[in-house]
Amino acid sequence: MTPTTDHAVVSWVPVCRYDDLEVERGVAALVEGTQVAVFRLADGTVRAVDHHDPFSGANVIARGIVGSRGDVPTVASPMYKHVFDLRTGACLDDPSTALRVYPVRVSGGVVAVRAAAGTG
Amino acid sequence: MNPAHPATRSHLVVVGGGMVAHRLVDALLQRQGADASWQVTVLAEEPRAPYDRMALTSYFSGRDPDDLQLGDPALWSDPRVTLHRGDPVTAIDRVATTVSTASGREHSYDALVLATGSSAFVPPVDGRDLPGCFVYRTIDDVAALRAYVEELRDRPVARGRRGGETALAGAVVGGGLLGLEAAGALRALGVDSHVVEFAPRLMPLQVDEGGGEGLRRLVQKLGVHVHTSTATARLHAGPDGRVRRMDFADGGRLDVRVVVFAAGVRPRDELARACGLPVGERGGVVVDDTCRTEDPKVWAVGEVACIGGRTLGLVAPGYSMAEVVADRLLGGTATFPGADLSTKLKLLGVDVASFGDAAGETAGALPVVYADPVAGVYKKLVLSDDARTLLGGLLVGDASAYAALRPLLGRPLGGDPAAWLLPEGVAGGPSGDLPDDAAVCSCNNVSAGTVRGAVRGAVAAGGGCDLAAVKAGTKAGTSCGSCLPLVKKLMTAELVSAGVGVSRALCEHFDISRAELFEVARVTGVRTFSELVARHGRGRGCDICKPVVASVLASLGAGHVLDGEQATLQDTNDHVLANIQKDGTYSVVPRIPGGEVTPAGLIAIGAVAVEFGLYTKITGAQRIDLLGARLEQLPEIWRRLVDAGFESGHAYGKAVRTVKSCVGSTWCRYGVQDSVGLAVALELRYRGLRAPHKLKLGVSGCARECAEARSKDVGVIATDKGWNVYVGGNGGFSPRHARLLAEDLDTDTLVRTIDRFLIYYVRTADRLQRTAAWLEEIEGGLEHVRAVVLADSLGIAGDLDAAMEAHVAGYADEWRDALEDPVKLRRFTTFVNAPGTPDPDLVPPARHVGETTVRHDGGDPDGAVLHTRVALEVVPR
Repeated sequence: MTPTTDHAVVSWVPVCRYDDLEVERGVAALVEGTQVAVFRLADGTVRAVDHHDPFSGANVIARGIVGSRGDVPTVASPMYKHVFDLRTGACLDDPSTALRVYPVRVSGGVVAVRAAAGTG
Repeated sequence: MNPAHPATRSHLVVVGGGMVAHRLVDALLQRQGADASWQVTVLAEEPRAPYDRMALTSYFSGRDPDDLQLGDPALWSDPRVTLHRGDPVTAIDRVATTVSTASGREHSYDALVLATGSSAFVPPVDGRDLPGCFVYRTIDDVAALRAYVEELRDRPVARGRRGGETALAGAVVGGGLLGLEAAGALRALGVDSHVVEFAPRLMPLQVDEGGGEGLRRLVQKLGVHVHTSTATARLHAGPDGRVRRMDFADGGRLDVRVVVFAAGVRPRDELARACGLPVGERGGVVVDDTCRTEDPKVWAVGEVACIGGRTLGLVAPGYSMAEVVADRLLGGTATFPGADLSTKLKLLGVDVASFGDAAGETAGALPVVYADPVAGVYKKLVLSDDARTLLGGLLVGDASAYAALRPLLGRPLGGDPAAWLLPEGVAGGPSGDLPDDAAVCSCNNVSAGTVRGAVRGAVAAGGGCDLAAVKAGTKAGTSCGSCLPLVKKLMTAELVSAGVGVSRALCEHFDISRAELFEVARVTGVRTFSELVARHGRGRGCDICKPVVASVLASLGAGHVLDGEQATLQDTNDHVLANIQKDGTYSVVPRIPGGEVTPAGLIAIGAVAVEFGLYTKITGAQRIDLLGARLEQLPEIWRRLVDAGFESGHAYGKAVRTVKSCVGSTWCRYGVQDSVGLAVALELRYRGLRAPHKLKLGVSGCARECAEARSKDVGVIATDKGWNVYVGGNGGFSPRHARLLAEDLDTDTLVRTIDRFLIYYVRTADRLQRTAAWLEEIEGGLEHVRAVVLADSLGIAGDLDAAMEAHVAGYADEWRDALEDPVKLRRFTTFVNAPGTPDPDLVPPARHVGETTVRHDGGDPDGAVLHTRVALEVVPR
């Protein structure tokens, strides 16, 4: 499993320029050893969740299709198509499973992610 | 699961291997389950398993006897059943309770069922045994007729006395159901056909004078000559000893080269007569209403049975008898419910249906008639004397109301009877209101209630419910299929009332189907997802509608699949132009058109695989799969492949994949056409075409079919005259055999036909619906598609042709374009903040099973020893 460092001092890690992000398509980033999937939504917000797909065990979440279910912004894993809430990481098809979510900050046109996972 | 030991089971011997015999065995096995009490032996005269005799004429177009197969062939490998083909029973010994067969075998029985059917009746006309005279009863009859006509056609001397291109003339003796079928078959063989009927009208047993007249007009319009009130007196041979002329009793004559007798059938009751069982006045083994003869161990079913004093020449009552006997053998109390003589047929493309008291023989019966001699339509409903209850009917030329009317027999018709007869009269229909006990499928005796129950069961089980599931669950529509529209209506009504609905909505973001979305995009010219979803949907889309829109836009020629917003709609496979594997790596499949590859090409692929450490495997579609490629490796892999002359194989897309071929006439001593050349041409024409699902094609160079073309969405098989094209085949989870679309096409016509078929499919199919399911679901089925593609019945052929031309002209290799575009190449980065770094969790690709201690030429200096996954010891030679 990917190690987390929530007990240590964590800092914001810049991953890319905001303009490098395509609307509704993810990228993966290495944030202090953790694989994070970063998404820019249609409303301009940026979300970050685990890149690791808990169902297939492969690191692929950033390659999923972004969309919505009701009002929930979602990503569908490209492997077995499980759909996750991009705000909370919750799997909408299997409530017992969730992705970790990561704080995201955009400043000066740069997207930064903090490796300490938030609660899902 | 505790089957009785075979030795403790009773033994049932079924004499005859026709449709009714099949039904009996099938019904018995289904009813008795695994705890079998009966062991069954079927003794068939014909050299094949039971087949669909009613579809015999289709053998003229399909050629393949397998197409006529009845039910699940697994029945014949069931350990409780033994089928002996080509071994007719020659005698029954009722005292010893044994039967003996032509091969000398003897079988003892605990119960014996005679299902010997009928034979064609040949009237005692002089010359009836001449070469060129045929009957129309079995596959072998039909095959012999076909071979004879083809041989006549191929002989130059056969082209009429004047030596010109005079069409061969042929006559059918008998203008009933079978006679019109035979005339249709002759016509399909290019024979100028005459129907000779002794009665004053065609189909005298089923239709009245008005109906017969309508039928005559329709049949004549098709170029078939009709001679009613005409008796055949004798047949004369020509100088070659073959039939050449037919004389009529009234002094007329006809030059004919082939004659088919279809003047009725006679029950095959000779075995029963020989063993002393009573037979009816006009033949047939006499049985009671349980189908039992006077010998309690002997039963008779189907056309050989004389029940209620008569024999019945239709399959539906035969099936009822089979069910009765199956029930009785298992201790049940079923009785024959009486014959339902309803028939609906398409003869020579003309719809004819008759049901109930079509002749209006009931006392006080009121006929309501609609006749349109110009259109050749004649319809009659027979009502009770209070004009309320439906007693019967006859429909000629337009039998669309049959499926809805037949279940109403003996019930109040409701409303104005004329509304049923007028051309638009059946709109809506009463299907939703049918009582539960009304029979919907008469072939398999399935009631409306059974269909509704199956739908409700599927809904309650939480699963989806479609027509295929209802068919499988109830057997409705699995024989003649004429009730399928009604079954579908019932299913729809039931789903709606269960609150499930049969929404055609693509997903929560679009209320319209894929086909409708395609039309919207095509007509409005909207070419972005954002605009489509804003104008015609809601929300931000999902992994269902986004790839659908991407596919639609690709089919409409909206540029590279990775251009702008389109890229974000793509599933990961289309997004990186490769196929994702379980660990998140990808597979690479270069196009190898027709499966033809040069040695240099093979070496280039091999070199790429070695350089990038990829696992290689030959695919089922005659290509090479390179597995284990990491996302960031894909552009470099493809740069080498493109430099070596390869292009994208679209293995990642819902798109045309490959055209598989055999080696064809260039090498094969049996090949009759250049299958490789055609396959390469077709693959280069259709490469890159995106569709609702993947599309596979195949080309075989002769009827041996080594390319397995009939398991493809489009399969082409060479004939000595051109190409036959089959459509709607696939492998996979539910394998389907492709069905014949057109025969003996020249290459240009073939290509145009496939062009239209593919574009029509791309435009109108549902998401992830392969061609087989599409052909089943589309209104009018294969016939409709054939009319659109070959006869331009919708007037859209020009449009379809233009769409394919635009596709061909607009094709560009997706990988070559991607490699030249830095924006597209940026997507092939595993980590946006660490370009070039691979996913650290990935392990190297699996080793090949056969790989043992190997050193490649110039291999690494350590002489790396590769591990083997071989579980067996590899012995060096």
